[in-house]
Amino acid sequence: MRVFQYILLGFLVVCAISVSFSRKLLNSILIFMSYSLVMSIIWICLESPDLAITEAAVGAGVTSVLFFVTLKKINAMETIEDMGKFGKQGQEAKEDGVDDEQA
Amino acid sequence: MSRLKSEEEYEKTAAFHFFRWLSGSKDYYVGNMEMQPQEEYKEEEATIQERMREQQMIRDKVYDTQNNKWLFRFRWFYRIMAAVFCAILGVLLIVTVSFLPPTGGVAKPDNNEVAARYIERGMQETGAVNIVTGMILTYRAFDTFGETNVLFIATCCVMIMLMAEDAELKKRELLNDRRYEPKNDAILQGVATILVPVIFIFGIYIILNGHLSPGGGFSGGATIGAGLILYVSAFGFKKTQRFFHEGIYKAAKVTALCMYGLIGIYYYVTGANGLENHIPLGIPGHIVSAGIIFPINICVGIEVACTMYAFYALFRRGGL
Repeated sequence: MRVFQYILLGFLVVCAISVSFSRKLLNSILIFMSYSLVMSIIWICLESPDLAITEAAVGAGVTSVLFFVTLKKINAMETIEDMGKFGKQGQEAKEDGVDDEQA
Repeated sequence: MSRLKSEEEYEKTAAFHFFRWLSGSKDYYVGNMEMQPQEEYKEEEATIQERMREQQMIRDKVYDTQNNKWLFRFRWFYRIMAAVFCAILGVLLIVTVSFLPPTGGVAKPDNNEVAARYIERGMQETGAVNIVTGMILTYRAFDTFGETNVLFIATCCVMIMLMAEDAELKKRELLNDRRYEPKNDAILQGVATILVPVIFIFGIYIILNGHLSPGGGFSGGATIGAGLILYVSAFGFKKTQRFFHEGIYKAAKVTALCMYGLIGIYYYVTGANGLENHIPLGIPGHIVSAGIIFPINICVGIEVACTMYAFYALFRRGGL
């Protein structure tokens, strides 16, 4: 159990560092989401399930969704209409199957 | 024996990159991050003149202290009263602090007696098996009431800032009904059909069992709110409005807060902790037990769920 906790804590540190160093904002948010998920498992290991439930619902769920909405509002996320607009670059993204629209 | 590296060779080493980063001569994010060039803000000559004229008019009319004696007096009164109020507040706070017991003392009741009493007699006095919920909703019910108020005020502020007018909303919806949601996505809708009821039931379970098992109003409410958000993002606002529209939202939110306030007032007036408790505690472990914790948990749960959903809806669409 102790080793498991150390692995989780190491993952937490890696997540926290890579959030600030990733270049795409969307990736940052996804990493932040996984950070919250790992944090909620650590709360269970620390014997506070109350906090774990709240962390999973608020940290991994609602906060990330609000971040996604904000990204979309400031047009930092590509949508399908944008891809059509910018020509070749957009078509390449379309072929890669980017589905930012879902988030 | 060391050899001085040439400039080109030195530029490839890690030391060069490190010192360049340290001195800040090159910003590594420029050109690498997703950035959009900011448009230069331009203003027409006419609008500038219009604004200046308006400002001058306001200055002439409102701050006309030469001719308006009352305004002159009021401004002095305002200044003096502001200073007096600040001084009174500061003195009051300093006096209050000087009456507080010193922090960190071993003999301080906060460091031994309070925690011990919560653990030893918490179940008898509150009737809750889950000691955390018992603590925050009875001994510290007043604090939790403040937190619930904070949530209420936060949503009110977001509403004031982001709520779009009805006419504008209708116009936008006419243009494209599903503008704010993803296209009809089979995977998302299939997953949501299965998951949303489970999430709702789990959230309700957390709220109702707040005094028996881990969880409580806040956790359960957040879970239900997350489920609502999943439903909206899968099926769209029109389908959600069949069971959760603005009227229901307002009624639920205000009723929950008022109920919490009334229950809290009743609890304190009829004699809170240590005194005679007029609300029957029931048998610890039963679902209807623990006096006020059960209804208060439900109120907090409704409040939090509404807040979470309202944040999403207002950010997304500007209306519920």
